[in-house]
Amino acid sequence: MLFKRSPSPHIRQAISVHDMMFMVLYALVPGALASMYFFGWGVLFNLLIAITVCLGSEAIILKLRKHEVGETLLDGSALLTACLLALALPSLAPWWLTTIASISAIVVAKHLYGGLGFNPFNPAMVGYIVVMISFPLEMTMWTAPMGVGGGWPDFLTTFNWVFFGNLPAGGIDSISMATPIDLLKTQLSQLHDISETRNNVAYSPLFASISGTGWQWVNLLYLGGGIWLIKKGVVDWRIPTAFLISLVLISNTFAVLDYANNSSALFHAFSGGTMLCAFFIATDPVTASTTPRGRWIYGAGIATLVYVIRSWGGYPDGIAFAVILMNIAAPLIDYYTQPKIYGDHDR
Amino acid sequence: MTHERDITAEDTLARFDGGLILDAQKQLSTGPAISSMEQCKEYILPLQQHIGVISQPLIRTGDRVLKGQMLARPGDLVSAAIHSPVSGVVTDIRQHEVPHASGLSDLCVFIENDFKDEWLEREPLGDDYNNTSSSNMRKVVRDAGIVGLGGAVFPAAVKQTEMNVRTLILNGVECEPYITCDDVLMREHAEDVIAGADIIGHIIKARQCVVAIEDNKPEAIQAIQSVIDKDGTGFFKIRVIPTLYPSGGEKQLIKIITGEEVPKGRYPAELGVLVHNVATAVAIQRAVYHDEPLISRILTVTGNGVRQPQNIEVLIGTPMSACIEHCGGYTEDSDELIMGGPMMGFSLQSDQLPVVKATNCLLVTADIEQVKHKKHLPCIRCGKCVEVCPVRLLPQQLYWYASSKNTDRLIEHNLFDCIECGCCAYVCPSEIPLVQYYRYAKTSIWQQERERKASDLSRQRHEAHQMRLDKIKREREDKLRKKRELLKKKTEAQNAADNKSDGDGSSDGKTSKQAAIAEAIARAHTKKAERNKAAEQVNETATTQSEAKTTPDKESSNTRETDK
Repeated sequence: MLFKRSPSPHIRQAISVHDMMFMVLYALVPGALASMYFFGWGVLFNLLIAITVCLGSEAIILKLRKHEVGETLLDGSALLTACLLALALPSLAPWWLTTIASISAIVVAKHLYGGLGFNPFNPAMVGYIVVMISFPLEMTMWTAPMGVGGGWPDFLTTFNWVFFGNLPAGGIDSISMATPIDLLKTQLSQLHDISETRNNVAYSPLFASISGTGWQWVNLLYLGGGIWLIKKGVVDWRIPTAFLISLVLISNTFAVLDYANNSSALFHAFSGGTMLCAFFIATDPVTASTTPRGRWIYGAGIATLVYVIRSWGGYPDGIAFAVILMNIAAPLIDYYTQPKIYGDHDR
Repeated sequence: MTHERDITAEDTLARFDGGLILDAQKQLSTGPAISSMEQCKEYILPLQQHIGVISQPLIRTGDRVLKGQMLARPGDLVSAAIHSPVSGVVTDIRQHEVPHASGLSDLCVFIENDFKDEWLEREPLGDDYNNTSSSNMRKVVRDAGIVGLGGAVFPAAVKQTEMNVRTLILNGVECEPYITCDDVLMREHAEDVIAGADIIGHIIKARQCVVAIEDNKPEAIQAIQSVIDKDGTGFFKIRVIPTLYPSGGEKQLIKIITGEEVPKGRYPAELGVLVHNVATAVAIQRAVYHDEPLISRILTVTGNGVRQPQNIEVLIGTPMSACIEHCGGYTEDSDELIMGGPMMGFSLQSDQLPVVKATNCLLVTADIEQVKHKKHLPCIRCGKCVEVCPVRLLPQQLYWYASSKNTDRLIEHNLFDCIECGCCAYVCPSEIPLVQYYRYAKTSIWQQERERKASDLSRQRHEAHQMRLDKIKREREDKLRKKRELLKKKTEAQNAADNKSDGDGSSDGKTSKQAAIAEAIARAHTKKAERNKAAEQVNETATTQSEAKTTPDKESSNTRETDK
């Protein structure tokens, strides 16, 4: 009797790539729902457009590359890229902005480098940066969060704007509002210090809480999803921990030194894309550092860059740039942070 | 670095990095007691059943051999003897498939059983070993063909060094799922295990012996403990360690028990530690107390693909098919035949292979429990492999460099420290057969190394050859040159001599020539003068007729006579 042969080990118990991707997607759900609640229909449109374009362009390019389309398309990686991108883009992003970002992410950042596992840069962040640099104005188009002023525009108004560029009577200003991070930055540049801005009658509803109405909840729910991912063993705990601890330490140091002109650590931790970055973007395994020590350096590096760009850079939130810059450094970090192997006493 | 004190039961156990908690599946085969098998008609004994040099056969085709007779002696220091498991006749010595990951053939001795079970005369040493020197005891172990039975099959006598070893660790961990041969051996032969350990302790002059057993084997722990209690010397201690794969790996076990890591590239003995498997201890006990060489072992036949999983005592050389048959045969959905455990074992192409010294387990998987090996996904660098690697390697980097055949980086990332435990591949979400990549990379680097050495050698040979040729050429040229010089010298000397005579005679020569010419002219002149004189005389004789006539006639008659 002849037997078939296979390499060892003959047993396996692993979360598959597909399962990992979908667990990350599940972990995004609470934060995404909160995002929709606070920022309206635009978030949903972003998601729909990004998912359609990402999966569509992935299918086309897989076909062009003569790869099997079905299985790869369903591995969940393109879907995850689409969702991360959509949730990072402003809630009033026009359809073409989301489309350009999605194509850049999937075609340029992912497949031109060889597809899943071979991309040196986080695809979602590459897509984000492309539109950020090309269309800075459109990238500020956030709705007013629920509970501030009139809140976000209704379905039809949003639909008309996103897909046809038709504005309601009051123009764009009637439906959009700067984010807290953006606002603070502009105000600081006009020499209004932080407490002055926060107490300003015109802006105070936006700062009615710790780090901005709506924003803190969205961040808190991403944090919850992230902790669940760590518990499930999908995401390594080192990068988020290093990132958050470093961001809090750095921002706290500056806040203590000059309270009037530097936001608090809590504000930094719970505003903008901090938590989305900490658990869902910085932890993208393909582009992050993979050694245990390297992950600490990598997380801390992103935090430092985020703080630098937020405080002194030209953009309101620096997560995309920080992540891409550390992506560049990841191979170098990995090389110099090889662990000492068993019995290696002299290195 | 060596640990300075004895290990006590109160010491906290260390743990190694990584590792996995696996579904042990031990209960499948621990039910029935160890059964012995009926003897077979034919036994096949590969000459290479150990790490090291192949054994040298001592018999020829047609020879009658007795049970326990040495068929082949160790081929070198690191090698092992092979003995006949039955009495019978050597029918053949030829290439035959052997159980090896490569699936290749090797030289085997075929023995036809005469079913007389006639032993070679035995003289057991018994308790006398206490009065026998270590070196003589090592010879006993060596002559019995004993190798490490935990899986590595390294010659035991070679391992029992003369270095200062404080602690003997007896490995009863058996961390691989499904395998239970050491477990049941400890349960049923605890006294032999301890007796064997005592002999090893004597050989290596150990101060203490620590028996390490995983906490999922309570019966074995109890059996060993009761023997240790009976012994009462305090030499033996038992350490129950948590179940974690691969705790049974030598280096991992040393870390758990002593808290220290064997320095890279060094031997455990340099830490004052020696690790032997429990089955090896029993083999040594049998060699000493029964003068019985290693001709049998306990084998676990298990898995859902076999009808009656159990442990059997089997003679080395028994065809695997007979073992499976003894265990009720295959089930309908049997799928793959694996020698060893599911983590490190390798699948076999057929069951027409002999049981060898390394065969601790035959695992027959059923269709359902078998991993489906499809085309694997790309590595997403999730780093799960890093978390579980017991050696703290970076499997994802090794994979990257192995696929790109980057030898320098592979060595830099310590490829050769990989123990091939399979933890990385077990957790890989992309289902990459990582260990296979590393094995392939190791083999190709070895191959490169061999080729480099071979080419170095042939280059050296070529250079030496070239040098020899050059030397010969140079010598010949030297000779020729010398000859030429000599000749030149000679001719020069000659010339010099010639030149000398030429030199002082150059003007003389001329004068002598001129003199000769002058002489000749003078001669001619005198002749002319004489002729003229004669003519004058003729004229004179014409006047005196009579005289003149007679003289020329005389002359002319003389001339005529000479003409005749």
